Amino acid sequence: MRREVPLVLTAIVGITMIIAHFIPPLNILKNLFEDWFFIIAAFAIYLGILNLILINGDKIYKKQKGWPFGVVVILGFLVITVIGIFFSGGKSFQDPGTPFYYIYMNLYYPLSATMFALLAFFVASASYRAFRARNVEATMLLGAAFILMLGRVPIGYWISTWLGHTLANAADWIMDFPQLAGQRAIMIGIALGVVSSALRVILGLERAYSAGE
Amino acid sequence: MLESRKVFFYLSERKKHVTKARAGKSVTLDLSFLFLIFLALFLLFGQSILAEEVPTAQEEIAIPKDSVLPVPPTNVIAKDIPNDKGGAITISWERSADDGGGAKNVTGYEILRSTKRDEGYEHIGNAPPGATSFSDNVTKDKVLYFYKIRAISPTGTSESEPSALAFSKRQWFDFSRLSLFILSLIIVFAIFYFIEKAKSEKGLFIRKIAGLEAVDDAVGRATEMGRKIIFIPGIMDMDSMQTIAGVTILGRVAKLAAEYEAKLEVPVSKSLVMVTCREVVKEAYLNAGRPDAYNDDMVYYLTDDQFAYAAALDGLFLRDRPAAVFLQGQFYAEALILAETANSVGAIQIAGTAMPTQLPFFVAACDYTLIGEELFAASAYLSKDPKLLGSLKGQDVGKFIFLLAILIGVVFLTLNSVLGLNLPDLRELFKGI
Repeated sequence: MRREVPLVLTAIVGITMIIAHFIPPLNILKNLFEDWFFIIAAFAIYLGILNLILINGDKIYKKQKGWPFGVVVILGFLVITVIGIFFSGGKSFQDPGTPFYYIYMNLYYPLSATMFALLAFFVASASYRAFRARNVEATMLLGAAFILMLGRVPIGYWISTWLGHTLANAADWIMDFPQLAGQRAIMIGIALGVVSSALRVILGLERAYSAGE
Repeated sequence: MLESRKVFFYLSERKKHVTKARAGKSVTLDLSFLFLIFLALFLLFGQSILAEEVPTAQEEIAIPKDSVLPVPPTNVIAKDIPNDKGGAITISWERSADDGGGAKNVTGYEILRSTKRDEGYEHIGNAPPGATSFSDNVTKDKVLYFYKIRAISPTGTSESEPSALAFSKRQWFDFSRLSLFILSLIIVFAIFYFIEKAKSEKGLFIRKIAGLEAVDDAVGRATEMGRKIIFIPGIMDMDSMQTIAGVTILGRVAKLAAEYEAKLEVPVSKSLVMVTCREVVKEAYLNAGRPDAYNDDMVYYLTDDQFAYAAALDGLFLRDRPAAVFLQGQFYAEALILAETANSVGAIQIAGTAMPTQLPFFVAACDYTLIGEELFAASAYLSKDPKLLGSLKGQDVGKFIFLLAILIGVVFLTLNSVLGLNLPDLRELFKGI
């Protein structure tokens, strides 16, 4: 029963969702199932929080390697939760002017933006490795990347004006034809892969996600 | 364990049909040909044939010329929204001549509704200046309504003539998705057919996927080095097919880790994924005969937040210097941050995603990458189960259809352009997909 019930539920919900895509009145069921998912996911957040506290609490208690990070995690969690719930002055905790909002905008937001900004440096280091002319394919990649990068920056535009916009046009051509064609081919494969995988899951052929063989 | 025949009892029935079909092959071929012709005609013209006529109104009104009031909107048309579950009417109009400037400049429109043509109009909504349509989403099905549009300006208001009668009703099939429905049916039946065929056919060919071949090497390397294997199943929840595909690969990695006695860690960003991954890893350790080596703490939750998750994983990579990192699932901007950091600590990386925007990053930064459909083929590839392999072959039918449609479409459009012919535009077939 432990295996069969999830499989039957998956089949019923999966088939209903597919049919509802084509039969508008069944959208009620589709919306209902989606709501159920969000309710279950919302409850599951407590499992995650509990796990976070237990893992880090255990790390601190046993003084394992990196235990001070555990202190930061638990303190951060408790401080932001208490401030959000008890110190919002009768407003929603997300409203401007609340201590929660202040922490969000002045601590969390810059930290998050910093992580995102790191991407610029990682793009440079990854490009450096990817664009080394080791073989014919890599050399073609390097050539395409060179034209594309030069065609999209101001100095490239300036050079292009001397060449009758050849660089900018070449960059556009690379993006509009070879790049787009390749990306669409990948997307068609992905779409078919999703259809096939979804069918395998709905029909119970693929059960690894539910700890089945 | 649920026997597959219990779920697929109808497949045995289908087999009988297939046997019957083989007996009358020529007849079936003729019928198939006719069916395909019918299908093509239906896709091209079916929607317009089956489309329903809805009440419309196109009434001209006299526009007051020397009035201080704004010129009223004209040509108010109300009609049922097609292919919906009912309860909605869309109203469109032509803007007031005073919409856009002047002393009588229209500052907005009020939408009025009544069940009688000349009286009882109620205000049901507003539209900003410049708007030419509004959706009334609170109608009762099969009740007849009239609509008027009132133009508002600082000098006063003026109303349009009422629209013709309109009523909403539910549609039992969304004809805008007809081509998707038929194409899905063909692909689904192809997948069924090849799953059934695969049961009797041995040694179905599947091309080598280097990323999946390298799983054993990566786990072996981690064992030899005595360092961790870190598996990251993406940042999305269990409602993503990519996460499900990633979790499937986790089962294989966990089984190998259990057999080799390697250290496995699965930090996740969604609670439901944590619960699922725990079940999968536990089962894998059980199947490997090492239930004692399993520990719930191997799979743990970090945070739902994208960049906080990336920061936590980067810290983990730098502190623990794992020997192998698996990035399998749905990733966004954090993809390259994770891959480059893991690369900097010398970890062997096997990535897999179906996000076209992140694939180039993984290809550049990782040792192996499962590109798009390869991620979804992983379970079939790793298990070598004929039924799963059969479903991959069914996928190929879909690819063939797309390839054929692209080729024919390109030829038709080229001929139309070069020779001035009037061959059909095959893009019409794929509308709604």
